[in-house]
Amino acid sequence: MQKTSIANQQRARMQLAVVGLTATVLSLVAAACGGGAKPIATSTPTATLTTPATPTTPTAPTITPVKLSGKVEIDGSSTVFPVTEAVAEEYQKLHRDVKVTVGISGTGGGFKRFCSGETDISDASRPISAAEIEQCKKTGVEFVEIPVAYDGLSVMVNPSNTWATSMTVAELKKLWAPEAQGVITRWIQVRPDWPDQPINLYGPGTDSGTFDYFTEAITGKAKASRGDFTASEDDNVLVQGIAGDRNALGYFGYAYYIENTGKLKLVAVDGGKGPVLPTEETILSNTYQPLSRPLFIYVKKQAAERPEVKEFIRFYLTAGRPLIKQVGYIQIPSVVYDIALQRFEKAVVGSVYGPNVPTSAKLEVIFKAP
Amino acid sequence: MRQSAALSARRRGRQLWFGLNTRSVAEGAVQNLLLLASLVSIVTTVGIVAVLIFETVEFFQEVSILEFLTDRQWTPLFTQQHFGIAPLFTATVLIAVGAMTVALPIGLVTAIYLSEYAPDRLRSIVKPILEVLAGIPTIVYGYFALLFITPILRAIFPQMQTFNAASAAIVMGIMIVPYISSLSEEAMGAVPRSLREAAYALGSTKMEVATRVVVPAAASGIVAAFILGVSRAIGETMIVAIAAGQQARLSFNPLQGMETMTAYIVQVSLGDTPTGTIEFKTIFAVGMALFLMTFLLNMASRWLLRRFREVYQ
Repeated sequence: MQKTSIANQQRARMQLAVVGLTATVLSLVAAACGGGAKPIATSTPTATLTTPATPTTPTAPTITPVKLSGKVEIDGSSTVFPVTEAVAEEYQKLHRDVKVTVGISGTGGGFKRFCSGETDISDASRPISAAEIEQCKKTGVEFVEIPVAYDGLSVMVNPSNTWATSMTVAELKKLWAPEAQGVITRWIQVRPDWPDQPINLYGPGTDSGTFDYFTEAITGKAKASRGDFTASEDDNVLVQGIAGDRNALGYFGYAYYIENTGKLKLVAVDGGKGPVLPTEETILSNTYQPLSRPLFIYVKKQAAERPEVKEFIRFYLTAGRPLIKQVGYIQIPSVVYDIALQRFEKAVVGSVYGPNVPTSAKLEVIFKAP
Repeated sequence: MRQSAALSARRRGRQLWFGLNTRSVAEGAVQNLLLLASLVSIVTTVGIVAVLIFETVEFFQEVSILEFLTDRQWTPLFTQQHFGIAPLFTATVLIAVGAMTVALPIGLVTAIYLSEYAPDRLRSIVKPILEVLAGIPTIVYGYFALLFITPILRAIFPQMQTFNAASAAIVMGIMIVPYISSLSEEAMGAVPRSLREAAYALGSTKMEVATRVVVPAAASGIVAAFILGVSRAIGETMIVAIAAGQQARLSFNPLQGMETMTAYIVQVSLGDTPTGTIEFKTIFAVGMALFLMTFLLNMASRWLLRRFREVYQ
């Protein structure tokens, strides 16, 4: 009997030792893993840049003698996303220690996060609204408004759609107005010589700047749209939806058409002067009406004081110019890029748009050198 | 010899103050800790239900219950706001029914095979594979439905849309098969051998034993498995959010896209809806509807189990 008692005691001690050892090992592992998962330390504020950032050499990337590190947080429009993402990729190749993350919460969602201080840069496919300016003022977020590209908001159908080659603004309004909800459900109701087939609509969701802009341009009132369509802030979802449905119609940024030319077909929009297809020329010259629009990024002034953010914006407006064309959007006039960069360097805050300045105003006119 | 005496001093515990000793203190502490653990889950459940009820009540102060139940459109985010849950509800039910028509036959037949027919070696291979099926993340199932199943189905039905209910239902059925088969197999395993042997003794074939003796005897467990599968199907979010679409459409056509209750909650939550608005409250109203559905199903399954369970000595 005594033997078993000693054996029990020994066994108990062994078990205790094993448990203790496992616990120690696990906690060490957890500490190591947890330590590794900590966010990258913010950049060293002592790093002073002596970059020769000359706005007159658009293709030369700015050379930084000091190594940059840190995070740049960007969110907002899914329309502007392809540009910002392309710029971010190239930028991160140059500066490997900077982490740039780009989200697609939609213009509205992006501004919400921007004004609450969560993001450094907000992508926007429309100017910041009065309510959002108010919100930013409340939280003390000052911003610099930077135009980056032109977009021709495109109306698209499935490639096997042979009948809808062009539509007037009035027809688009009939199709997308709030009153059309549940009422206009077949192609023949929009134009009598179109087939009697159901229409399946795809478009950006209510957080999207594209949604705001399209509704304002077509139905006359921002956000006034029918609700019975597939709404998604992710334009790739819309591309897939239209590409797989013969009776589909949708609208989103021109860059998504350029990326998916085999899967989509453009509809020419007649803004009063005949049907116009969106191309580089028609968007730049504003003949593609009323769906040509500028795209913006908004930078938080406090964030712009960090070297990695400042460098990112400089990169965007200099080396980023050819990327805009690559992605499928249209470059704004060179002089406007230069002025925008100057305004950024001088930290000119606030929006140039307002009740007296419409979105269709010429950028060269409203963006003045500081 | 010392062993057979009273409890050793160590086990008795050292004496502390106030008549307590270390043994009773340790016992009491452990008991309280376990009570705390169970309280956490109870408090969380009560908290969730309370929040749901509170916000739903606020929602129904602005929208009438009649409109909620009878209106045939669901467009709370747009200019013409309609708050009829019917499109979301029919989408959820349609996809759940579709999933069960896939999962129930396959799951049941698998269970019968594993329980009655399979040799041990085969069972030891098939069961782990079924576990793997249960372990695949649902978002992977969602993409599988969108990118693999939909093109195959579109070859058969050319008018199928990219986002459709059928692919989501099929893939959801595949996801639920492990649940049904493992629970049914357990239920069938609980049927005593004596029943089977009696049937064999009376001259039944294996098939007759399986279908006429074992399955009816295990019926309550199988029905419970079925109801669990349905609850799973109703609450499933990722598969339908990716593959079934985001358009709230009142339709019974599985070739079209439709938005389920869970997919709607995802759509609104991912967006930019300010707290306290009516759009925000729709999240809770729909969540409450979902909760009620699964709650009623759970109640039904428990009642069924209790009522029809055959107790064997």
